[in-house]
Amino acid sequence: MTTLKVDSELDCSGMLCPLPVVKTSQAIKTIEVGQVLKMISTDPGAPPDMEAWSRQTGHEILESTEEDGVYIFHFQRTT
Amino acid sequence: MSKTDSDAPKRLALIASKGTLDWAYPPFILATAGAAMGWDVGVFFTFYGLTLLKHDVEAEVSPLGNPAMPMKMPFGPEGFQNINWPIPQAAMSIPGFNNVATGLMKQTFKNKGVAAVSDLRDTAVELGVGLIGCQMTMDVFGFKREDFVDGCEIGGAATFLEYAADADVSLFV
Repeated sequence: MTTLKVDSELDCSGMLCPLPVVKTSQAIKTIEVGQVLKMISTDPGAPPDMEAWSRQTGHEILESTEEDGVYIFHFQRTT
Repeated sequence: MSKTDSDAPKRLALIASKGTLDWAYPPFILATAGAAMGWDVGVFFTFYGLTLLKHDVEAEVSPLGNPAMPMKMPFGPEGFQNINWPIPQAAMSIPGFNNVATGLMKQTFKNKGVAAVSDLRDTAVELGVGLIGCQMTMDVFGFKREDFVDGCEIGGAATFLEYAADADVSLFV
């Protein structure tokens, strides 16, 4: 489905607010600017929250998909 | 403390004034979420909220006089767990009821993937959230600085207001 090169992966399955946002913010600091973080979440609140997080931090959502209640995001570190 | 630089991050100023478990969550959830978005966050803990800075978070739920609180069992099949038990308010005054209800509520949170309050507090400290304990509340209840976690400072209303004066979002919890 995705051909994006992933540099780091974070599984937030089973976690509810605010953990996906918090864990993502910590994980994005472990990769270099321009690199890609893949994040997996099962929280239905994750899409709006991760979009808000992206707007606030500037880290870009390259791709966002959902299948059977599993949300997969690809974030690119920008700063 | 002042935000003079126009390029400075957004600032969130919270007051946490309540010490029951349900009221303990919002300030720590908002603080960690704000810090995760790169915001500058400060929380002023006053009155019963100050107990949230003690080494061990002993916050309990208080079902008595709180009829909107769902009463759930954190075990068994999903249909059973979803039942909202109609427990009479009078039964909630039985000694020990708060302990039992708190245990069940904490287990429900854990089952659903919600972090413990103490874990969120640790995360807040890691993310650089400023935790300010209220000196006046300490004096009133006889608390000492060593009763509280290392990651907090002590101040008063002026300390908080100076910080909040430059906040983009200010909330009283």
